[in-house]
Order: sequence, then structure tokens, then C-alpha cells
Amino acid sequence: MALELGDEERSLLTGQSGDGAAMAMRLVCESARLLNAPSLVKVASAHIDGALYHGDSGTLFAERLVELGAKVSIRSTLNVGALDLTGCSTNRLPPHERDMAKRLMKAYIAIGCEPSWTCSPYQAGHRPALGSDVAWGESNAVVFCNSVLGARTNRYGDYLDIACAITGFAPKTGLHLPENRLATFVFDVSGLPDADFAEESFWPILGSLYGKRAGTAVGVVKGVPRHPGEDALKAFGAASASTGGVGLFHIAGVTPEAPDVGTILGGKAPLEVMQISAADFVDQKRRMATVQGVTSIDAVAIGSPHLSLEECQRLERLIGGRKVSVPFYACTGRHVLKDLEINGLRKSLETSGVTVVIDTCVVVTPIMKELETGVLMTNSGKFAQYAPGNTGYGVVFGSMADCVESAVSGRPVYA
Amino acid sequence: MLEAHGMLHIDESTTAGAIVRLQGGGESEGVALEVLIPGPSASAKPLTLTAPISFWGGVDPKTSVIADVRHPQHGIAIAGTILTLPGTIGSSSASAVLLELIHRGIAPAAIILHEPDAILLLGVLVAREMGWGGPGAFRVGRKRNEELD
Repeated sequence: MALELGDEERSLLTGQSGDGAAMAMRLVCESARLLNAPSLVKVASAHIDGALYHGDSGTLFAERLVELGAKVSIRSTLNVGALDLTGCSTNRLPPHERDMAKRLMKAYIAIGCEPSWTCSPYQAGHRPALGSDVAWGESNAVVFCNSVLGARTNRYGDYLDIACAITGFAPKTGLHLPENRLATFVFDVSGLPDADFAEESFWPILGSLYGKRAGTAVGVVKGVPRHPGEDALKAFGAASASTGGVGLFHIAGVTPEAPDVGTILGGKAPLEVMQISAADFVDQKRRMATVQGVTSIDAVAIGSPHLSLEECQRLERLIGGRKVSVPFYACTGRHVLKDLEINGLRKSLETSGVTVVIDTCVVVTPIMKELETGVLMTNSGKFAQYAPGNTGYGVVFGSMADCVESAVSGRPVYA
Repeated sequence: MLEAHGMLHIDESTTAGAIVRLQGGGESEGVALEVLIPGPSASAKPLTLTAPISFWGGVDPKTSVIADVRHPQHGIAIAGTILTLPGTIGSSSASAVLLELIHRGIAPAAIILHEPDAILLLGVLVAREMGWGGPGAFRVGRKRNEELD
């Protein structure tokens, strides 16, 4: 299919706005071709995942954009980098990698992105309007933006996100089109006990199960009795986008595009109705762990996605002034750090032995001790999915309260 | 699913949208591939993943080895293979990992997908912009010997 371009798009492509913008526009147009998009759509904001160091290649690309004079044309927040620039935590990156990671972070700032350095931009004041088109990267941010805010984005991977931010255009396809935002299956949880929905760890477990069942399809969750709060939706979405390719989910009566099941199915019959039983849930809960029968843990990590201020406050209450006996990492953003410092939370957490990690997280950069057979406990579905491959640690899973009790005693404790 | 045991060969391609054919490998002989991103010719052993993979967290960018312990091909290096992917899942940093593999010279020799995956293939597009080469990318039908439009 030939890509239809307007005057503004063509002038970007021919270099009227500079060589950097032209290179970005070539990437947007080539992606549109791969996606079979007939045209491009104007986007109102971007969230950029490309500033995390995966190797020198990403730094060289960003610096090429800077050399070519590229600048973002829309509001663009930055996802985590590989370094904690606030100094709250330290990591074991060797000198060359540290240098390249820092150059990468600087290059994205030089292109005009905001140094937000968080995977929870939607809790740091970047909340696009319902129905607006945006270009967001970072799988959890994408799924939250689409599902909870109702703004429209595809899952923009590294490099397409910055290309869209520079040009202000994205391929008009996928979740930018209203018809693709309708649910095609029902994920019915009305058979699960009502009390479960109030448990914090219920949401990442359910999200992991949802992600496996959904793949990349859009579904609607039926039978959620009440709005569980944003942090629960954040945990659900992040988990679903880790075990599956979920970019958008709906929860009937909770998320903005799904007042009820019938509306979000667009008046059509669902392709499938998945009845989720208590046994399915228990099975998924067991599968959150990659190691069984462990008698001690080596570390605890929470905050994927980055903790909200409310979650940090809850953490402090749960610790209650005790000391943890294993390394405990609480990952959050600099938008929360200010409040942590004003009300003494940072000091209190650090006195208890908690390492506050800002701007980055323990699964994307080597902060945790290198252990051959380490066991990590987490309450994050996303950490549970990625920690084994990225850190070498095996994973056990529990609620935030379980994580705290286990960190104090040094062995897995479940309420 | 491509079933082949020996070496496979794909000719150099120059035009997106053109059809090329797999050579060698017995049952895979003559399978039609649509060029998604043109690339150099490739003669390599096939590696067909039997489960979707997240490149980020699932493939080590320094070694090209599949690092996801839950993946059926855990421990296998994808460098220099004609890699067929049943699908990709998870993080949107797949392109960054693929770009790094290309920059280090340890990328697959060719990538075959069932559906164009713009997240992953951005890594190849950026490599071309940077002048680093990299593999061609192709689409194959779900069923063996399925002809593409």
C-alpha cells in the first residue's frame, strides 16, 4: 500500500526541517510501510524508552540525531536510564558502559526531552487527554496510557518513539483507530471471591494471567466489583504487557472506554469468553515464582513500574521502623523523591536498610549483587517476568507486606 | 513452521514487497518469502523458535544467547542463523537489542516472521540509517508452502 503524505510530512522528509528530522521521518515512514498504514497521524505527546543503555549502538544513534540537529516537536518525557543520576543508589556498570549510558541520557536531553526518568510518567504529571493520539514507548506506560487514560497509542519501541517525537507524526494504524480499540474477547472474573479484589498482589497475578490469555488481542475484564485504584491498574497492566503483548485492556465499569461489556464489544458477540476460576488464579500464583521450596531470600525488589508516593508511604508503614536483613530495593522516580525528602520518608526507609533507587531500576542496570543462585522476592509481575533473564536471580512472589516480612526475617514469609 | 536440518539459502534482495524463495533444507525448498526489509544474501543454518520471545530480557545483547529460562530454546545463540519467529511479546525495547546485535556483528543472518513486527524491525531500519548493514527481514505464511499474495 502506498503511504499517503501531506505537505507537512513531505517537507519533513525532504529535509526542510533539517537532516535530523528527515532521518526521523524516514524511520516513521518505513515503519508505516511495515505496518501497512495508509497514512500518518499527528501525535500530541511522546514517552521515550530509547534512553536506556543496552549497548553502544543506542548511544551512537542518539548522538547522530543530536549531530543532525534533531529536536522534539511535542512534549516528550523520558523513561528510565541505566544510571541513578540523583546518587540515591549506585550500580556496578563498568567505566565504559557507565560513560556510554551517561552520554545516551545527555543526548536525549539535548534533543529536547524532559529528564523525567520514570516508567510511571502517568503518575508524574504526563497524562494525555481521553481520545488524543500520542506516541508512547515502554510497555507498561503504553498499556496504562491506552487503558486507564484512554489516550491512543501503539506500542512504540525504541527509536520509533523518538522518531515520532521529533516529527510529531506516527503511523495511522492499530490502536489509533477507534475500531481496533473494541474488545474482541471477555475475560470473566466474576467467579473469583469478592474479597480477593482488595488484595494488592491479586492485580499483578491477574494481569500475568490476562497477558498470557490475551496475547496481543484487546479484551474486556468482566466482573470487577469496584475501581481498584490506579496503583492496582498499573500493576495489572505492567504484568499483562510482560507475559503477553497487551497494549490495551478494558475493565467494564472501571476504565474510561468501557462503561459496560456490551459497549466495548461494539455490539458484537465476543470471539471468546474466558471464565477464570479460582483454580486458574491459584495456578498462575504458583507460576509467578521460578524457584520452588526456597528457605532463604537474597534480596527484595519492588517498584516496577516505579512506586507512587502512596506505595512508598505504605512501604514505610509496613516496615514500621524495623531493619531489613537482606538488600531491599525500592524503585521510584524523581517526581516522588521530592516528597520523600520533604516528609522524611527517604531517611526513614534508608535507616531501615532500604535502598531507594531513582531514575532507573534493578532489572535494567546491575545494582543488585551478582549471585549465581540468588533468590529475589518481589510483588511486581513485571520484575517476576524479567528478573531471571536480566539479573540471573530466581524469583519468588508475594505482596508488599510479604516482601517486607521476608526481608526482615531473611526467609520467605507469606501472610 | 519451517522444518529444515541442513543449510538454508536466501538470495540478496533489493525491493521491499518482492517475493524471494528459500533454497535448500529439503521440505523448506521453495517456500515463498515476502521481503519486508531488503538484505544481503544469507546461507545459514535455520533456527525456528517454538514459542514467542521478548528480545529484551529474552536475548542477551552481548552474546545473542536466549536468556529467558522459561523459553523452550533457552541457551541457544541466534547469531548467524536464519531465524524464524512465531511471534514477539513483551517489552518495546526489542529493537534496541536487535540493533545492538547488529552493531556487534552477532545478529541473525536473516529474520523470518509470520507478521511484520515494527517494534523488532526498527532495529534493522536504524542499522541501515547508521550504515551498519544487518539482516534482511521476511514474512512467511503460517502454513508451510502457503503462497503469499
